[in-house]
Amino acid sequence: MEYKDYYEIMGVARDATQDEIKRSYRKLARKYHPDVSKESDAEERFKALGEAYEVLKDPEKRAAYDQLGANWQGGQDFNAPPDWDAGFEFSGGGFTGGDATDYSDFFESLFGQAHAQGGGRRGGFQARGQDRHAKILVDLEDSFKGATRAISLQVPELTPEGHVTTRTRTLNIKIPRGIREGQKIRLTGQGDPGQGKAPAGDLYLEIDFRPHALYRAEAHDLYLDLPVAPWEAALGATVKVPTPEGVVELKVPAGSAQGKKMRLKGRGIPAKQPGDLYVVLQIALPSADSEQAKKLYQQMQDELNFNPRSRMGVAA
Amino acid sequence: MKESLEIMTGTLIDDDKLFTLADLCRSCSVPAEVINDMIEYGIIEPSGDTAAQWRFAGGCLWRVTTVVRLQRDLEVNLAGAALALDLIEEVHELRRQLKINHM
Repeated sequence: MEYKDYYEIMGVARDATQDEIKRSYRKLARKYHPDVSKESDAEERFKALGEAYEVLKDPEKRAAYDQLGANWQGGQDFNAPPDWDAGFEFSGGGFTGGDATDYSDFFESLFGQAHAQGGGRRGGFQARGQDRHAKILVDLEDSFKGATRAISLQVPELTPEGHVTTRTRTLNIKIPRGIREGQKIRLTGQGDPGQGKAPAGDLYLEIDFRPHALYRAEAHDLYLDLPVAPWEAALGATVKVPTPEGVVELKVPAGSAQGKKMRLKGRGIPAKQPGDLYVVLQIALPSADSEQAKKLYQQMQDELNFNPRSRMGVAA
Repeated sequence: MKESLEIMTGTLIDDDKLFTLADLCRSCSVPAEVINDMIEYGIIEPSGDTAAQWRFAGGCLWRVTTVVRLQRDLEVNLAGAALALDLIEEVHELRRQLKINHM
């Protein structure tokens, strides 16, 4: 297993005072709290921080940890020396903070099962299993058709000897038609197993859409950037528009400006009251890469009195 | 593995799904007093007049569990957690808008 440098994780020197440790912990806890932080590894960092604080805040555990010596590097291969903690008295239950099952093997090898029983705010012998949260990536098309998605979860498990190991578990989840980004699906009893006779926790899956080449989803509405030719926008036209459920025709009114938003009612994500599809016009300029095209641009320049910067008070 | 063959259907938790006080307590693993306090602070707002008639929209589940985590992990009181929650939700909304406008 890997040696954990709790001082490095806590961002303090080895001779830091208990007050310094507490201050640093509070600051980092705010920074990496998974509900607050947008860092993708916030959850792991927060757990590592909780584990480090569990040891460093407790003078007894800290002294025992210090006794391993200062020559270890974080990540280095480590095995606890036999009777390493002889002569140390641990008073009271080990875990007062987070959840014991989240702590590393390193922690467990040092402060082990003997200290894992008592204390623990979630602890107690009859605790309901923890809820688990996971994100699941689906395609926008899945929301129109419904789908089944496989998801793999790392599940902590207690071995008969009382060690915590993880096991990979694969679940096939039905994605209902009309699912929206950010929605959550609850699978009752699919979280962590309870202790004693207590029930298992629940599994919550948050839906994330994989980025789509054409559409952006906002709640149950969709947005589509639709390129149009300058003459289609200027003169009006009927153009073909892709939608998730097939191509439709859209009438672009004469004199449409860049960025004009048009609504295709009920073409968004399906529901009892389906969302809408907003088409945002993007005027695409033909490139002047042929004599013919150059001539036409030249003709517009000569014959149209057009100053795009007239409102800026500068001449053409 | 057998379990990987089975297709599971969950419950969609959104604001169309309504919870009773007992449902919410069970789902969030908190006693009713905690829910009561959160109502007092305007963190969640049930519909219905009496506790027996209260119905909580699905979104309350996230607000309750987030506030519980903030209180436990960051040692903030209920008023502080409520403020943090409002700001967190605003940041999420702004990030979402940013994503939509810049894709």
